[in-house]
This record gives sequence, structure tokens and C-alpha cells, in this order.
Amino acid sequence: MSQNTETTPGTAPATDPLAPTNPITVPSGIRPPAGPPAPAASFRRKPAKKVNRGPVWLKPRFLVSGTIVALMLLMAAFPQLFAGFGSDPTANCDIMNTNQAPSPEHIFGMDIQGCDYYTNVIYGARASILVGIVVTAISFVISALLGSLAGYFGGWVDTLISRACDMAFGLPFILAAIVVLQLFSERTVWTVIFALALFSWPGGVRFMRSSVMEVRNREYVQASRLLGAGNGRIIAKHIIPNSLTPLLVLQTLGIGGVISAEAGLTFIGIGLTPPSVSWGLQLAAAREYISAAPHLLIFPAIFLTITVLGFVLFGEAMRDEFDPKGK
Amino acid sequence: MPTPSTSTQTLPGTANYPACTPLMEMRDVKQHYAVHRHLPIGPRKFVKALHGVDLSVHAGETLGVIGESGCGKSTLARVMAGLEKPTQGQVFFRGEDINTLRGDEKKEMRRNIQLIFQDPYSSLNPRMTVEQLVSEPYEIHPEVAPKAGRKAKIKELLELVGLNPNHSDRYPHNFSGGQQQRIGIARGIALNPKMLICDEPVSALDVSVRAQVVNLLDDLQKELGLSYLFIAHDLQIVRHISDRVATMYLGRVVELGTYSDVYDSTAQPYTRALMSAAPELRRNDGNDREKIILQGDPPSPIDPPAGCRFHTRCPMAQAICATREPELIAVGDSHEARCHFAKDLAAEFVQRAGA
Repeated sequence: MSQNTETTPGTAPATDPLAPTNPITVPSGIRPPAGPPAPAASFRRKPAKKVNRGPVWLKPRFLVSGTIVALMLLMAAFPQLFAGFGSDPTANCDIMNTNQAPSPEHIFGMDIQGCDYYTNVIYGARASILVGIVVTAISFVISALLGSLAGYFGGWVDTLISRACDMAFGLPFILAAIVVLQLFSERTVWTVIFALALFSWPGGVRFMRSSVMEVRNREYVQASRLLGAGNGRIIAKHIIPNSLTPLLVLQTLGIGGVISAEAGLTFIGIGLTPPSVSWGLQLAAAREYISAAPHLLIFPAIFLTITVLGFVLFGEAMRDEFDPKGK
Repeated sequence: MPTPSTSTQTLPGTANYPACTPLMEMRDVKQHYAVHRHLPIGPRKFVKALHGVDLSVHAGETLGVIGESGCGKSTLARVMAGLEKPTQGQVFFRGEDINTLRGDEKKEMRRNIQLIFQDPYSSLNPRMTVEQLVSEPYEIHPEVAPKAGRKAKIKELLELVGLNPNHSDRYPHNFSGGQQQRIGIARGIALNPKMLICDEPVSALDVSVRAQVVNLLDDLQKELGLSYLFIAHDLQIVRHISDRVATMYLGRVVELGTYSDVYDSTAQPYTRALMSAAPELRRNDGNDREKIILQGDPPSPIDPPAGCRFHTRCPMAQAICATREPELIAVGDSHEARCHFAKDLAAEFVQRAGA
């Protein structure tokens, strides 16, 4: 973390040829003094490094990634707040302005249809983020349910669920999604969500299963069983609250992957189809005009990259906060 | 909070339990765990954690259990609490086998047998407040405390175990080890149990708070008429709290008697070695015990030695010890020891006391 690695000037003497460049070193105050021992009064330990003890959301990593994520969510929910050139992406289009380069009035330029490209890119956020969040939410619920059952009951329940996971793992994720998407001729956001959600749960189930198996044997679960608690109560009150956080973090980390999977599938032509507006579609359309109108490719690519990066960083910040061992 | 009068009242369905029957009894209990085989061939092996244990605990009594690590003490606690079903043998509570009970009878049994764990922190759900932890027993058994009076009851309970009731909205990690163990004890006694199994309740605690927790358990016993099975490594604490003491070695009870029998006229070489390892325990004539330093590690509980299980390390082993396993021999009114020479050993003490 950035605030922990800041160098305190003078911790390692510049003349020391063995002085490591790694800033995390033993402060010189702890080393045995080289010369005659300094008088006790002048011997002072270096003050301890400032540790950020403020609230979690004020840590830089959370702040930056959280802002990106919040902005993207807002953009997906209310694109009209950001788009200043008409209430929808096809307003004020003029085919005469096709592929016009960025200008002061149209900062992102115009697309093939002569529509304002900035508005289009803003409206494209909705598809990506909807897919990312809904797929992750479905996968989270399935993972939590199946993983808890498999981990808690073990035996044949576990065998059944684990073998189903193994089979789903056997299919490459993208290939399986392609096969499913091929079955539909017109593909909306919900079709893509269905195809991605169908194969996104096995990793989460396995993860949940292992964390439930660990919690199941804790002493407080035994104590509850000794009090006469039934399985339902033990799962709801003890197992789920103590094993759900790691899964939540894992799934947050996965949102970025789902968003890029959607864009990738759309780009190769088997994801969303034209009435929809999405970054993947815009990238696919820009392919043909890459030398004439590079702005068509650049702007959606920047938005896609920043969104994926924002969600991945947010997931990592959450992981570091809740599961310091998993670094 | 339970008062002595409510805790001694007869509970429904138990009126016909005769007064002379021990509160809890284990008969020939064996607990074997299968060892994982790397290849699916060859004979199955078992860790014989308990190998034929007979013990009984009477109402209001404390039975201390001592023995080195791996001798089966914790398995004994888990089997007695009903967390594990023994491979063989029965565990009786008021004359009924706890592993055959179903429905209401099982619930009733659960109310009456509680366990205090060794590690206080890991026995408390870190996401529950003290109030939630202590009220869990009442949520499972709402007949004990109706919802209306529950808050007051929890307050009384926390006061009884010496915790500040104003701290009931704090989480376990806000408390010290001793306080955490008090929370565990409060949860354990919430349902007015008859039997409290303490599996090394003070081993994880600071020496300075051990005495407080042990005295708390002692006071609660007097106040609530509890019976304890008290497992500990600290021989002095066991002597302090126990009415009777059992020594275990490799899954078997090797000596059983009142605390003065076992501590002062030890009639089993393993118990003697155990006692001599505690420097603070002196013989009843005030002299230091002779030091018996055992060689080697305890044998594997997978293939225990033939004959007497202790003969491989016993300083006084004879030929007979390797071939015949001794029974528990009565050496006094209430004193039994599993050694071929138990009577001689007991006599030695009598002589010394007379001299």
C-alpha cells in the first residue's frame, strides 16, 4: 500500500554500499551503533511510521477505485445526466457529419451515422455495467447457496455439487458462452447475461465450499450444536455470516472480467446485436474505419479499460481490507 | 437467573430416575477413528482414542481428568457431550443412552449437558455481540426464558459470571481471554444444565486469571448444583476443584479415586510420573516426590503395545506387564488403579505414612 512504503529520508546511509533500494528496511535506529555508543539522551528512536487509521473509505486505493465505480454506476443508471447532446443516443443525428473528428462542440466526434459519439459512449456504459453486475450477482447467489450446502453437509450432497462444478469447469468459459449465444439470433443484454451467468458460478461454488468447510469445524459451531441448534439455524447464524465475506470479495474482483468478456463477445460478433448500445458494439463498428476515424476506437476503449480497472482495483482494495492473508 | 431452588426442581420426564443412578455414566466407551489409507489395499487402521472407558459422574460432583497430550481427554469430553457418537459403548445421562434419544428427549438432554471449550475466543462467534451469544440458548429453547423477560435474564447471567452487563453490545474480540471464557461459561449455564463438561477451560488463559475462572466455576457449582467433568493439564487446579480424579493413558483410565487417593497414595506408576513432573506438588509428608522421568514418547494409539499399555515406559515393568493387561484393581474403598502391582504401590504409601 502506498502509504506504507513511503521512504523516510536518511533511514539508510547513502555511503553504505549494501543499502538496499527496497524502502522497507530496518530503520537505522534499531541497528547497533557503529561508533562509540551515543549518549542516552541524544539516542532517539525514529518515530513510528504514520499508519492511516482513518476510515476504510478514505484510503487512497478505496477512494480512487470507489470514485470510478460510483461514477460508472451513475453513468449506467442516469446517462442523461452526463450526455448533453440530446436525451438519447440517436437524437440530433446528421448523416452528413459521418465519422467527423472530435471538435469543440462534439468532443468525441461523430460516429458513422453522424450521431454525437460522446452521448453514444456514455449510453454504452449501461450494457457493460448491467452485464457485469447482474452476472456477478447471479453467480454470487448460486455460489453461496450451492457452496454452503456442499461444504456444510458433505457426503453425497458435496459429491453431487462438486462433480457438477467439475463438469462446468471442463468447458472453456468463452467457448461455452459462444455456443449458448449462437442459439439466439437477436441478442439483448439479458441474453448475454444468461449465457455468461450459466458458466460463471463453478469457481465461486468451490471457493464458498472450502470456506464453509473451514467454518463448519469451528468451536462456536459446535457450541451452537450442543445448545441444540438445528442445521438451518447453524447455517444462517454462524456459517453464512462468517464465510460470505471472502466470496463477496472474490465476486467483486470478477466484475471486471465479466465486463471485458461481454465486450469481447460483442466485438467478435456474438454478443449484443445492433439495436443495443454498448462499448463492444462501438469497438466492433470502429474496426473498419481504424485509419480514417481512430477516435471511434479510442474513446470506447478508454472507457472500457477504466471501468474494468476501476472494478478490479475496487475488488482488490476490498480483498486487502477483509482478507489480508490473500494478498 | 437460575437460583438453587429452580435448578433442583424435577424436570418433566425425569421423575422416575432413581437417586442412586449416577448423573452421567460411560460404559465401555470406545472411540476409534479410521486412518486415511493412501492405497485402497491392506488392513484398515484405527486411532484408538478411547479404548474401553468406564466412568461415572454423580450429581453435584466434580470429576477431574488428567493425562498427557493425546491420551484421549478431549475425545472423552466430546463423546460425553454427545458431539461424537462413540464407536462402541454407551453414554448415559440419568440412565438413558444419549445417543438413542430423539425429539423432545434429545432437546431436553441438550439442555442439560453443556461444554466449556479450551480456546475461549474460537468458541464465540466473532460476528455476534455478547447479548446475542448469551441469548442464543434461549432462542433455541424459548421455554426456558420467555421473550419478555429475556433481557433481564441475560443481565442477571452476565452479573453472575462477573461481567459488566453494560458491555453486552460488545463483540468477543473486545474482551480479554478471561472475560471471553466468562462469556462462554454464561452461555454454558444459561439453560440451567445439570452437567458441565470443561475441556481444559483454563489452559489458554493467563496464569493470573486462571484462579478467577476456576473459583467462578467453583462458586457456580455451589450455587447451581452443577456437576463437572473437569479436564486440565494443571494438576494443582484439578486437585483444587475435583472430588474425584481419573488419570488417563493412551485411551484408558489407569487410576481413579478421590483426589486424596490419587494425589497422596498414588497406586499407578504413570500417575506417579505425572505427579512428579509437577514441582509444586509435594508428598503428603511434606517431602519432594522422587523424580520419575519417563523415557520416550507415548506409543502410537494406532498400535498400542500388548499387555499393559504403559509397560514400554514404566520404570517398574516386569515380564508379566508385556503379556497381560491389568484390570482396574481396587486398592481402597473408592480407589482403583490399573497396574499389576497397584496393591504394593498403595501399601508403600501406607507404610511411609506410618513410619
